Amino acid sequence: MLLLENVKKSYREPDGTALPVLDIPRFTVAEGEQMTLVGRSGCGKTTLLHVIAGISRPDSGRVQIDGRDVARLSEAGADRLRATTIGYVFQTFNLLPGFSALENVMLGMTFSGSRKDVGRAKNLLDRVGLSHRIHHKPSQLSVGEQQRVAVARAMANRPKLLLADEPTANVDPANQQNIINLIRGACEDEGVSLIVVTHAQEVSQQFERVDRLEDINLVAKQVIKS
Amino acid sequence: MSYWKIAWRSIEQRGLASVLTTLSMALGVMLVVAVLLLYGVISTQFQNNSSLGYNMIVGPNKGGKLQLTLNTVYYLSEPVGIIPYEYFLEFRDAAERKEFLATEARDGKFAAYTAAAIPVCLGDYFGRFRVVGTTPDMFDQLAFGPEADRQYEFASGRNFQTKSPENGFFEAVLGSTVAREMGIKVGDKISPSHGVPGGHVHEQQFAVVGVLAPTGTPNDRAAFVNIEGFYLMDEHATPLEDYEMGQQEGSERSAQSEPSGSDEDAETSDESTETSLAASNGASTIRQRLPLNERAISGILVRTVNPLVTAGLVQQIDRGRTAQAVLPVREIFNLFENIVGPVQAVLLLLTVMICIVSGLSILVSIYNSMSERRHEIAVMRALGASRTAVMIIVLLEAILLSLGGAAIGFVAGHGLIAAASGVIEERTGVQIGFFDVAPPVEDMELWAGGPTLSIPISTELWVIPALILLAIVVGFWPAIEAYRTDVSRSL
Repeated sequence: MLLLENVKKSYREPDGTALPVLDIPRFTVAEGEQMTLVGRSGCGKTTLLHVIAGISRPDSGRVQIDGRDVARLSEAGADRLRATTIGYVFQTFNLLPGFSALENVMLGMTFSGSRKDVGRAKNLLDRVGLSHRIHHKPSQLSVGEQQRVAVARAMANRPKLLLADEPTANVDPANQQNIINLIRGACEDEGVSLIVVTHAQEVSQQFERVDRLEDINLVAKQVIKS
Repeated sequence: MSYWKIAWRSIEQRGLASVLTTLSMALGVMLVVAVLLLYGVISTQFQNNSSLGYNMIVGPNKGGKLQLTLNTVYYLSEPVGIIPYEYFLEFRDAAERKEFLATEARDGKFAAYTAAAIPVCLGDYFGRFRVVGTTPDMFDQLAFGPEADRQYEFASGRNFQTKSPENGFFEAVLGSTVAREMGIKVGDKISPSHGVPGGHVHEQQFAVVGVLAPTGTPNDRAAFVNIEGFYLMDEHATPLEDYEMGQQEGSERSAQSEPSGSDEDAETSDESTETSLAASNGASTIRQRLPLNERAISGILVRTVNPLVTAGLVQQIDRGRTAQAVLPVREIFNLFENIVGPVQAVLLLLTVMICIVSGLSILVSIYNSMSERRHEIAVMRALGASRTAVMIIVLLEAILLSLGGAAIGFVAGHGLIAAASGVIEERTGVQIGFFDVAPPVEDMELWAGGPTLSIPISTELWVIPALILLAIVVGFWPAIEAYRTDVSRSL
């Protein structure tokens, strides 16, 4: 499903020098597989997700999703791939404040070019337990409810790969397990591959596969050694 | 969810700023619409009404041609003077002249060129409306409308008569607006006031025998009285006793005023049938028409036998010292071409500038929100929105603000005109309402002597594409900002 080969990514420092962030010889995720990525702050977890999602381009290497190399796609192609194949759950939910819960979920469908399936959007909100709050704006929802809307939005376009960046970091402990269960359950139901980036040990330990970024990212490995 | 809805949600989210921006645009559009509407409707009505079945006005040889046109056609400003009634007879054939000039068995010198000639006497008022002394030919021979092909119709009653058995010389017909505003109906009696609105009220009363159906012309705002009755009102001529003394002294014209014709005989034989109106107006003034030498008129409405003779007739009249001839269509065209048009162009330019400033307020409003919206744009991009999509959403937002302002501005512009319609009618004689729209452009010269442009839609509707274009222009900058948003950094 996902294959990264020799992916390198660096940022440009203000003085013009390159700051390497990623150097990943190989990283794969199988179809329907659920795994977590753990690692220290600043070791490139979010950058890796951005590279996989086509939000950032790698300096070199191959990022293949469902047979297509994201790194070689045009920007419009990457946008399309992101809209149709990838779901994204953010640490800070990133719901649009002016839109209702239902509209936030529908927003995911708007850019995919597919049919706007209100029934699916409502069904997803029902699945995350928010069928009674579909017309509420994010400001009218609790933190846990907002993240559940974000999960529903990420699943709206029937993605093949779901990227969750610290999905429980801003959620109270009582809701953390609930969110993880929702994400895992939704991915399992629809055969979606899942990568969860997390700091939380209680989250990572629930997954069969736990990758430490320091193990797959040569840059992070060097930082730790030094 | 459509891009329109996403743009609308963004507008909603910035409620107060959006409302203020929209109102700013509405103000600009209101002024543009009001100027276009006012100029368009007034110029069209002026030009349509400048030919009410006649193509020439003959009036006193003093004062300007424009003033003569304005006070004769539109009943605006004051009459510039008088011309002798005898001059009017030069437009009549021998048979018609015989009534006053029995000894001159000839056609008037302009009669050969004249298809219709109608005298008008101005100077009196009924309420705030002009009283026009004229002959029944006014409604029998003249027509109105853009093609001057619509006959006058009476909403009630009939045309007045030169002398009727029941009312003698004192019959009147009211324009529709006069009847409505003054609350007068057929059978009522009116007494004109002399000289100015609210001036001395004449003792004589006219019986209203007809109310015109609305025509959309200045005639809706006038009260038409029989010219014979007009002459017999006090202060309009020398009293009849003096005239009779003059007659005894052997004045030729006084003799002519009582020709041995059947009309006058009939008039005197009708005396026994005259009603209480006759009594109230004084028996002496009922019996006799004012003699020729006591008669004067404010102007003559002339329809020439064909347009080819018009220029020659104008020259011939202007060569004389008694009167001047004007072509109302030309005068009104000149008025708009040389005075109203340039003023309107300046006004339009100013209002367009206001619209542009309003457009800039849209730019400022959206641009200022970009910093806080960059994150939202990044989220949309992360969800798969292309750069073009977010750019379109920002442009749609500018267009929605602009069109929202346009909608409010259109209603407000028409409301403004409707609210001012009373003043407009008073000052220009043009009736204009909420639902009137600016006329389309026909044969507009792009530049002097250049090609002409005709667009068969109301000029008001041009505002819509112009505003969309303005919105795209002012929305382009923030849209480019949206386009350039760095998703990775902004998330």
